[in-house]
Amino acid sequence: MRVSDEEQAMRAGAMGEPRRWAIAHQIAVGEFFDAVDFVPVSQAHMMADTESLGDSGVAFLERLAAAPEAERRVQVPTITDPRGIDFAVYKRLGQSEAMAALEARAIAALRAFGVLMTDTCINYQTIMMPVRGEHLAYGDTGVVIYSNSLGGARSNFEGGPSALAAGLTGRTPRYGFHLDECRRPTRRFRVEARPCDLSEWGALGGIIGRACGSYWEVPLIEGIETAPGSDALKHLGTAMASFGSTALFHIPGITAEEAAFAGPPPDLVTIGRGDIDAFVAAYTAAGDKVDVVVFAAPQLSLIEMAAVAGALDGRQVHTDTTVLVATSPEIKHAADRMGLTGRIEASGAVVAAGICFYQSYAREMAEANGWTRLLTNSAKLVNIIGGYGYRPTLASLERCVASAVAGRIV
Amino acid sequence: MPILLRCHKGIGPAVTGTALVAADNFSARYDLDRQKGVFSRPGHKLAGQSFVDRILVLDEAKGGVASAWMLREMMERGVVPKALVFNRVNPILAQGAAFAGLTLVDRFEADVTRAFRTGDELRVDPAAGTVEILNREPPP
Repeated sequence: MRVSDEEQAMRAGAMGEPRRWAIAHQIAVGEFFDAVDFVPVSQAHMMADTESLGDSGVAFLERLAAAPEAERRVQVPTITDPRGIDFAVYKRLGQSEAMAALEARAIAALRAFGVLMTDTCINYQTIMMPVRGEHLAYGDTGVVIYSNSLGGARSNFEGGPSALAAGLTGRTPRYGFHLDECRRPTRRFRVEARPCDLSEWGALGGIIGRACGSYWEVPLIEGIETAPGSDALKHLGTAMASFGSTALFHIPGITAEEAAFAGPPPDLVTIGRGDIDAFVAAYTAAGDKVDVVVFAAPQLSLIEMAAVAGALDGRQVHTDTTVLVATSPEIKHAADRMGLTGRIEASGAVVAAGICFYQSYAREMAEANGWTRLLTNSAKLVNIIGGYGYRPTLASLERCVASAVAGRIV
Repeated sequence: MPILLRCHKGIGPAVTGTALVAADNFSARYDLDRQKGVFSRPGHKLAGQSFVDRILVLDEAKGGVASAWMLREMMERGVVPKALVFNRVNPILAQGAAFAGLTLVDRFEADVTRAFRTGDELRVDPAAGTVEILNREPPP
């Protein structure tokens, strides 16, 4: 891998230990993927929830953050993915004081680097939408797939350590979706039944992601003639990334880039109503008691917050069921100002800011609250949460709310 | 003479250990109980099996970015696979292995989930880009 004089100085430690660690980590990853050189990035987005950091990850951040200020400050704007704890609601969710204490340590360390605590996985809806051709070091698979596909930005999946490294060096190894040749479609799908709601857009994403099954496959999706809204594309992309590790998709006429196959088009895979219904049915549990209803993964946009408020107006959540609604701090402020938070919480639901369910000690919350059956309109969440001991069911927002009121899946 | 398979140059130190093989994918967040050291997602082909000190041989990396932090945390607790041998990984597993100092190789000429069997004794050499099966002879 070609290394500039500045990068060599970082590697030699001339710019301090944080940048020495960062560039060494990036060179190891870049060489693994045959990167020829580095590419400057305009932003980094860092996943650093304490559930995945653990004590060891927080201690690592604290060690680096103890460097002199000039050596530890990030060189490009670096923002954060959802955190593990919302200090305003953690006790209601059965999260512990030890979790809150670890979270406070992580936040202090991240602030010492100059990281902007956005705590969101929908920065493209709430902070700043990337533009075509912009090279980024984004974490959170949903953020990457939306930014690459709808914005035409260029980012690989950057895990927390790598996103921090990119923030510290202002660059990232040039491989994968930074390169034109990786952005060409490799798989071809035709959608013959338009999804009816966000849960079905997620189901469609899950079907395509599962069929692709690799980070290095890029689906081209035909048959979507009119533009779905941002929230529909958000659920489509996050589920595709979750089920398939997919980082870029093309929908001709809707996504940012012209998509051309490198050779003859691959075989066409059609997806119809039966496929979407079968995907949803695989998680069905009609009649079961529902322990927790989750609107999250990804965090809710303002429009989704309004939809949840509208569905809950004048209704009460069953006493044996918890409803959790997670959004970004920016949207929470807006929802407070517009009265949406009050309307949602009047039903007994909990609104949390800056967290997302699966990044918030989901296993420990299940044990503390006796939760097993989870209901959600997020296809991404049903894919993730089974490994945490939950039995998940996928349903529309309206069915989720009706079930939360009944205490059983209706 | 041991069977030798070539791969792309990898990450981490050379190690020897016992293979645990499945034609399935992998995410530390989605698939593992990281406290108990077992595969916990019910649909995974290795559900219920311990991954501790095994050389995991799987198809692809999938899912979220959390594995990048989790592998190092698992390494420090000693509840971690000995090495990862995959057909193809995504950046997250490579970043996680680099951060943790965990042995990782991918990009073989053959499908690793068919070339290796559970119980094979493997020597993984990331710098050389090779994996040897120590307890099987090549077919005559």
